Amino acid sequence: MSGGAAGPAPLAAVERLVKRFPITRGVMFRRRLGEVPAVDDVTLEVLEGEALGIVGETGSGKSTLARIMLNLLEPTSGVVRWRGEDVTHARGARLAELRRARQLVFQDPAGSLNPRKTIGAAVADPFAIHGLLSERGARSRRVAELLELVGLDAALANRYPHELSGGMRQRVGIARAIALRPELLVADEPVSALDVSIQAQILMLLRRLRDELGLTLVLIAHDLAVVRHMCERVAVMHDGRLVEVAPVDELFRAPRADYTRELLASVPRIPGPAPGGPPGPPGPPAQSSSSST
Amino acid sequence: MSDPILAVEDLRVAFDTRDGLVQAVDGVTWSVAPGRTLGIVGESGSGKTVAATTAMGLVRGARVRTSGRVLLEGEDLLAASPERLRRVRGATIAMVFQDPLSALHPLMRVGAQIAEALRSHRSGMSAADARARAIELLEHVAIPNARQRVDAYPHELSGGMRQRAMIAMALANEPRVLIADEPTTALDVTVQRQILALLRRLRDELGMAMVLITHDLGVVAETADDVAVMYAGRIVEQAPAAELFAAPQHPYTWGLLRSMPRLDAPAGAELVPIPGRPPSLVHPPSGCRFHPRCPYVRERHRSVDPALEPLAGTPEHRVACLLSEAERRAIWARLAQGAPR
Amino acid sequence: MAAYVLRRVLWGVVLLALVSLLTFVVFYVLPSADPAQLRAGRNANPATLAQIRASLGLDRPLTAQYWTFLTHIVLHADLGYSYYSGASVGSLIVDRLPATISLTLGAAVVWVLAAVPLGVVSAARRGTWVDKLTTGGALLGISAPVYWLGLLALYLFADDIGRFPLFPGAGSYVPLTDDPWKWFTSLILPWLVLASTFTAVYARLLRGNMIEVLSEDYVTTARAKGLSERRVVWNHGLRAAVTPLVTLAGLDIGLLLGGAVLTEAVFGIPGIGRLNYEAIVHADYPVIQGTVLLAACFVIVANIVVDVAYAYLDPRVRER
Repeated sequence: MSGGAAGPAPLAAVERLVKRFPITRGVMFRRRLGEVPAVDDVTLEVLEGEALGIVGETGSGKSTLARIMLNLLEPTSGVVRWRGEDVTHARGARLAELRRARQLVFQDPAGSLNPRKTIGAAVADPFAIHGLLSERGARSRRVAELLELVGLDAALANRYPHELSGGMRQRVGIARAIALRPELLVADEPVSALDVSIQAQILMLLRRLRDELGLTLVLIAHDLAVVRHMCERVAVMHDGRLVEVAPVDELFRAPRADYTRELLASVPRIPGPAPGGPPGPPGPPAQSSSSST
Repeated sequence: MSDPILAVEDLRVAFDTRDGLVQAVDGVTWSVAPGRTLGIVGESGSGKTVAATTAMGLVRGARVRTSGRVLLEGEDLLAASPERLRRVRGATIAMVFQDPLSALHPLMRVGAQIAEALRSHRSGMSAADARARAIELLEHVAIPNARQRVDAYPHELSGGMRQRAMIAMALANEPRVLIADEPTTALDVTVQRQILALLRRLRDELGMAMVLITHDLGVVAETADDVAVMYAGRIVEQAPAAELFAAPQHPYTWGLLRSMPRLDAPAGAELVPIPGRPPSLVHPPSGCRFHPRCPYVRERHRSVDPALEPLAGTPEHRVACLLSEAERRAIWARLAQGAPR
Repeated sequence: MAAYVLRRVLWGVVLLALVSLLTFVVFYVLPSADPAQLRAGRNANPATLAQIRASLGLDRPLTAQYWTFLTHIVLHADLGYSYYSGASVGSLIVDRLPATISLTLGAAVVWVLAAVPLGVVSAARRGTWVDKLTTGGALLGISAPVYWLGLLALYLFADDIGRFPLFPGAGSYVPLTDDPWKWFTSLILPWLVLASTFTAVYARLLRGNMIEVLSEDYVTTARAKGLSERRVVWNHGLRAAVTPLVTLAGLDIGLLLGGAVLTEAVFGIPGIGRLNYEAIVHADYPVIQGTVLLAACFVIVANIVVDVAYAYLDPRVRER
């Protein structure tokens, strides 16, 4: 099932993507029992400028799909495209270029930051890796800019990850991801490991950054409500297969697949009025993503 | 409501750490009656888990200071001897934990762990009987192929089955109170629904009192009869569930409701985060603990600490807030309409 | 599983061949004493030397010597004859092996019985005097050289020279079959001395593992079930903490079976370790080769056993 309308070429796409992992049993003498198709014949497009949500439960293959899309994993078969070009087996300089254009924000803010590096060093890493901004002071200036962009005090550049809270660490991860001004930002369950009151801050930060920087956002989540607030189009995955893709309103109002209906029915409802009201004119409300977390 | 079977009275728990005295629970009072479910909502650092584990007597040690009372059927567990506590745990009051993969012993078969729970409270029970009963219990929590699964190791089961096994283990001796600490947080949403339904069914069958600790307001809405919202070691709002969601009265509760993504919100609606971050438990804020993050803060709130007080018309609804009831109702009415504050 | 073990055994044989080759090379290529010289004694005339050499086959080319050695082992299970005493290497080893096995297994029993309670108790009562005492004792045990401990033990407790004569002294070992009581008492001091270092190391290791395990979620669950503290610590805690120690013990025992040289030397126990040492001193190559191969054999078998045991103890390792 393909997703996306006809029109401008999609920014990124996967075609008939398959990824299988072998299952082995035994101690030192491993015999292959078979294979698990983590991603099973998925075709999906990401349109430029959109916010696409990929929703699924554990084992649905959503994280694997995202990593293949970013060339972090090799598919067993299928094609990965970037602006129409086949980049499935990109290497060397071309791959480095692609990496600059496509970035990932991880789920675990603690695990994705090197505990021995300062925050400033972590955010400056992309520059170091790609050999950019080597003039004296240019990197630290840009790091300060980035930290403020994600709502953190620039002085935090000298601190270490363990001195920061989970929400702050996730902001650092985001700062690092947008350092090279990528065109595509993939966020893999960016708020699952965070406290409820911080989740909203990070989600709204991602929204704001997307608007300000013109990013295309792919948000991977297991929580349907999150994608409802954040995404324009939603893809639902189950057991490695793409079950349904639809614009957000349509998916929630009139889901076509049985699995989607089951997912929707399982989410516990909060009674009472749904605050937020109809989407009003742009402009920050009184409480927006604050800088002190 | 009928007489509570478990009542926590002015519980305080502090930990002596290198960084200072961490007051994890600071004067918490709640109770639960047979057949009813109390939902305790809070984030990390709110003290919700520490209060519950202290109630089970699991929090002991040289660096822990506890005060207050935990009355189980009238007996104070905090004053009980270790032997008395041991007899009560797993038999009269049982607990289910968040992550069954780490909460079940990785090197023991699931059936053996259940059998152990049975035999440690029934001295006459033979190994064969315990095993048979373990199989029955697994069937009762709807684990298919219970006869084979009884010999499985925890890592061989799926997340949902593991949680069912843990529930079976907790209910082995038909406790009168079940404390479930984030029982579905580690599970997929479809599995979560099944587990919550299972818990409700078992609660009704056994007439248990249930305490459900979670950060998910949706879970509480569907499963709890009464709700207590905790913040910085205290309860800031307490009410029957329906009342809480219809007319919440504490700014923190409003903050939670407005920042949680919901399926019934308009697509693309803004979430309104609670500004700031959770307070330090070593040096909590002066006055009202929520004041640094409260959009309605006044000068007085920085120095006066509100007590949990019942509302005029509805005494089962208690709030710890210095704003007047009328003000709060007005604010909520505005928020419910979609106003920003 | 059977296929797995078979594969490991075959690789083991290859390894043994490599070990024997290495021993051969080391002995003949590196400067060492000339066995013929040693056999002949001082002031031997060249003719005698040449004759001894010929009889030992030392004048043949190295490759030929090695080839003879290999074929003899594989085809006749014959390890050759000692240059020094003329006795068959096989018989020498068989003579000495029971002593080493008695020493090793006895010491192993002692150190396990000592280390487990010490480790568990010092973890469960962390920070108390019990813990501090065991930690201090462990430090002592690890740092004291085994021969020094042995000599100290003899000096204090040997019934011939000791201040508090309690146990038989050095050289009093007799085989089990000759006199069980004497066999037993003569080994008490050696067992205690040999076990001391290991007890120290294992107790500390176990303590560390236990502390970690006791803070795991499943231990909290066990308490929540209402199990007695004793059961929680010994059945749930120990079971999870002990696995790495079992594998380590297997390897250590495998090593020791190849001969605990220092202990055997100090206590005069006629074991493989002593045999090996004497053979080196006498440049008695066939015996050296024999003991080295034996030691390698024990280590290889110990490794295989330990790997299989680990899978048995920790079911999570069996599948991925």
